[in-house]
Amino acid sequence: MLDFSILTDYMDVFLEGFKITIIASFIALICSFILGTLIAVMRIAPFKPLNWIGTVYVEFIRNIPVLVIVFFTYLAFDFGGMTAGIIGLTVYTAAFIAEAIRAGIMSVPRGQMEAARSSGLTYGQAMKSVILPQAIKIVIPPLGNQFINLVKNSSLLAVVAGGDLMYQGDLISASTFSTFDTYIFVGLFYLILTIPLSFGVGFLEKRLARSN
Amino acid sequence: MLKSKKFFKMAFATTMAAMVLAGCGDDKTDENIDVLAQIKEEKKIVYGVKYDTRLFGLKNPSTGDVEGFDIDISKALTEEMFGDDVKPEFQEVTSKTRVGLLNNNKIDAVIATMTINEDRKKEVDFTDVYFDAGQSLLVKKGSKVQGIKDLKKGTKVLAVKGSTSAVNIRENAPETEVLEFENYAEAFTALKSGKGDALTTDDSILYGMAEEDPSFELVGGTFTEEPYGIAVKKGNQELVDELNKALQSLKDSGEYDEIKDKWIKK
Repeated sequence: MLDFSILTDYMDVFLEGFKITIIASFIALICSFILGTLIAVMRIAPFKPLNWIGTVYVEFIRNIPVLVIVFFTYLAFDFGGMTAGIIGLTVYTAAFIAEAIRAGIMSVPRGQMEAARSSGLTYGQAMKSVILPQAIKIVIPPLGNQFINLVKNSSLLAVVAGGDLMYQGDLISASTFSTFDTYIFVGLFYLILTIPLSFGVGFLEKRLARSN
Repeated sequence: MLKSKKFFKMAFATTMAAMVLAGCGDDKTDENIDVLAQIKEEKKIVYGVKYDTRLFGLKNPSTGDVEGFDIDISKALTEEMFGDDVKPEFQEVTSKTRVGLLNNNKIDAVIATMTINEDRKKEVDFTDVYFDAGQSLLVKKGSKVQGIKDLKKGTKVLAVKGSTSAVNIRENAPETEVLEFENYAEAFTALKSGKGDALTTDDSILYGMAEEDPSFELVGGTFTEEPYGIAVKKGNQELVDELNKALQSLKDSGEYDEIKDKWIKK
């Protein structure tokens, strides 16, 4: 049986880590969504140098382990563990989000853009009012996957002393020697975050499908 | 309605899976085997050693060999106990993993800069002391921190997860903030890039770091005693006796001092 005394004795520590994990995931989620969208738009913009920058970013970042990015951010700059972790996660996740969004935009038929442009909209306006609202429905499922991955990847804060759930779990298991039970509880705490996120994405998906 | 039912089903399944897994874990640690008999039968003894600790157990990336005081002591002990019959093998452990690996029978003994203390005695059996260390501080030369009393509010001390030094520093300098890393290499890198004011662990390990980068120095002497012991799985008194006997004869023959002088040059 699981040793629940670990959970009750160290509840404060678990909750402290849980709080940090939530904050870090939330900030990284918002920032990576914004950065990812910008990069997706850069990749498809009708201006070659922007395309190149976007492509270099995506290919460079998504082919490096996120652990390396987090370590680099921590050691190369004057950030604390948590900040470095959030920045590293944002930079990494943005590359994947950019790809998901780009795929969504590309799947909107070409004629939509042509029609919007010929009715007098600028490229930016057409993108904002015609293409993106259609693309968003297609990208919801892959975006959801990225957000769930982001929450789980936030456990990398532990290696730069970021104080998150995994970090606290490491410390609890080290002082109690109950490695097995501690990490089971850590896993359950992550489920508290990821299961609702998962269901939320499923719900959004259905809602948007109905609005068609 | 249907959806919430589905949700509860999933939550239930998850919890059950966790319980089953927990059950498995316990069964394994309860399994009592005679480690000494197993060593003789398999003609090998697996030592859990550090791979990241200069002077004690460090993997040389160019040769792939692990080198250090702990390694040489393991080899000498094995030869003393079993002659050429049993071959010593090494497996990497960290402060975090060593007790678990021992209890799951993945390794036979831990020789990994492990301090003997009361809490750990409840988990594992220890041999006699094989090395006397003491906790100290490593700082950049010219640092304002010159001893444990300088670790006031607003200072940061770097340590390694699962080590006694992290616990000790909280007791001895309660106002300082302690940041804990996976291993000594990462902690030292963090110190070099200015993430903390001092790095704390046993002086023996800190000497290795100061040797690697002479712009760092030990300050303030030692403020704890850290007697290192060899740990084996609980209930293996025979193996402990064998190890103690071998350790004593290494000390008597002078081989122990030879190994010590080779690595530790204070």
